Amino acid sequence: MYETSVQHTKDSTGTKRSTPPSDGGITATGLGKRFGDLWALRNLDLRVEPGTVLGLLGHNGAGKTTAIRILTTLSQPTEGSATVAGLDVVRDSAAVRNRIGVASQQSTVDGLMSGRLNLQTIGRLHGMSKAAARQRGDELLEQLDLTDFATALVKTYSGGMRRRLDVAASLMGGPDVLFLDEPTTGLDPRSRGDLWQMLADLVREGTTIILTTQYLEEADRMADDIVVLDHGETVAHGTPAELKARIGDDRLDIKVAAAGELVAAAGALSAFAESDATFDTEQLVVTAPIKAGVRVIDVVRALDEAGIDAVDITRREATLDDVFLALTSDRHNREELTA
Amino acid sequence: MSNTLLTESRIFARRNLEHIRQVPEKLTNVTIQPLMFVLLFAYVFGGAIKVGGGGYKEYLIGGILIQTLAFAMMGPAMSIATDLQEGVIDRFRSLPSRRSAYLLGHYMAEMLGSLLTIVILLGTGLIVGWRTHAPFLHVVEALLLLLVFASAIIWIGLWMGILVRSPDAVMGVGFVVVFPITFISNAFVPLESLPNILQWVASVNPVSVLIAAVRTLFGNPVAPVTKHVWPIDHPVGAAWLYSVALVVLGWVIAQRRYRARTTD
Repeated sequence: MYETSVQHTKDSTGTKRSTPPSDGGITATGLGKRFGDLWALRNLDLRVEPGTVLGLLGHNGAGKTTAIRILTTLSQPTEGSATVAGLDVVRDSAAVRNRIGVASQQSTVDGLMSGRLNLQTIGRLHGMSKAAARQRGDELLEQLDLTDFATALVKTYSGGMRRRLDVAASLMGGPDVLFLDEPTTGLDPRSRGDLWQMLADLVREGTTIILTTQYLEEADRMADDIVVLDHGETVAHGTPAELKARIGDDRLDIKVAAAGELVAAAGALSAFAESDATFDTEQLVVTAPIKAGVRVIDVVRALDEAGIDAVDITRREATLDDVFLALTSDRHNREELTA
Repeated sequence: MSNTLLTESRIFARRNLEHIRQVPEKLTNVTIQPLMFVLLFAYVFGGAIKVGGGGYKEYLIGGILIQTLAFAMMGPAMSIATDLQEGVIDRFRSLPSRRSAYLLGHYMAEMLGSLLTIVILLGTGLIVGWRTHAPFLHVVEALLLLLVFASAIIWIGLWMGILVRSPDAVMGVGFVVVFPITFISNAFVPLESLPNILQWVASVNPVSVLIAAVRTLFGNPVAPVTKHVWPIDHPVGAAWLYSVALVVLGWVIAQRRYRARTTD
């Protein structure tokens, strides 16, 4: 586990928060971004209270990164407005950059410098003295388990090490608001758990975080609020508990031998399901969210009685695909989502 | 605490120097290449090309100085194209630093490279027998002119690096641009040896004018003027005009292009 003494280090490097964290939140109103004819993001409304975590959940191309780029002043919105730490991201972009830390999806560290020098350069650009930047950088390297590689060139780092250095870079300025675009993609399970712990400590000290993820588990564990994006539009907004209530519990997949048996299998499954089954006609799989307390053996018996040739039956937790199916089933069919 | 523009630029410049420390081969084109050119031209072509008064070696140095500084366009183009391709530019843009500091940092680091080039070329020139035959102040003016011209080239190089889509394209585009403008000139041969139409081109070409100005100020042999147009007839004045205009132009278009490229 990473040591976290971030509040202390903020003081020691002289980059203390200049304003109370009460205005450290994020708002967005009708935020939209168009590239040519395509709206990458549309009608995004957000309200993130200081010291809380918002999870932006969605597939690749859902608009997560576009939202982050606008909120971090890297991209101009086509319509709507947003504030970060009480500052307008378009009009006060320079002031916003003083208050935020960003770890984007693409690695933004310099491969031809050591990890230590990368952090030192960023600290210097934050206005720290050379000594303070060096000290703060070394503390973060320690926290993110990179001390052994402090002097190695970043181009020799593994993907996971680069991710962690990116997170360290985003923390150099002691930000009020932290933006993390898929921070745990490419991390092994242990590093992922350590990073979650570290972020939880930062939130406890008052940092506001927006993180994007494709993993339901991550959003569930980290976020106080979740916004689900699909094709640039908000398809759901709520706490993890609310969202889970909407998408149901575990899923049961039944693979059948022939396409003609799909409907019959769904019929046999309906007694155990919370809502209508969905079909994957290519894989010959029927899927349905099942009620709490259902035993797989009872489902097997019911299928057998109905004379259905079930090849395989799997019980599993709901995935991001299931969330989208549940939330967007009127707009998309399963083929599109799994393509 | 906030940095001054100069401090920020120096932080960025130090980053470029660190890249050179890690990959010293990057310096080849500003160190070994000019040295090689002097030796090759002085001893391989030197016997074949005749110029009046002072000999080919004295004629050569002005040409190689300007040609090498013109080729130094590739360095800044390459490093900025690489930055833009990697994500590192987004990191700098999300930090509280001025946008212009990033480009100024590149400029400062590249200027050190060009200074090194000038020192190496003049040093090698002295070894093979090149001398100045002019008042001290003229020599100083020549050196200042070289620095302003080097600045113009670096800004144009930065602009080019932002313009191309990938670092791989820099070499291709660079050679296509720099080769003709340096060879359709008086750099290595006297103007009179060129075909008629190219003599006209070479007589207004900033490269020819700069070379003629440097040769004049150093007191080295100057290629006889064949086409009487203002720039080649007044090389020193025209060279200053060209250089200052190119610095301003390069600086403006590089900044504008950078803004456009990093705004979406």
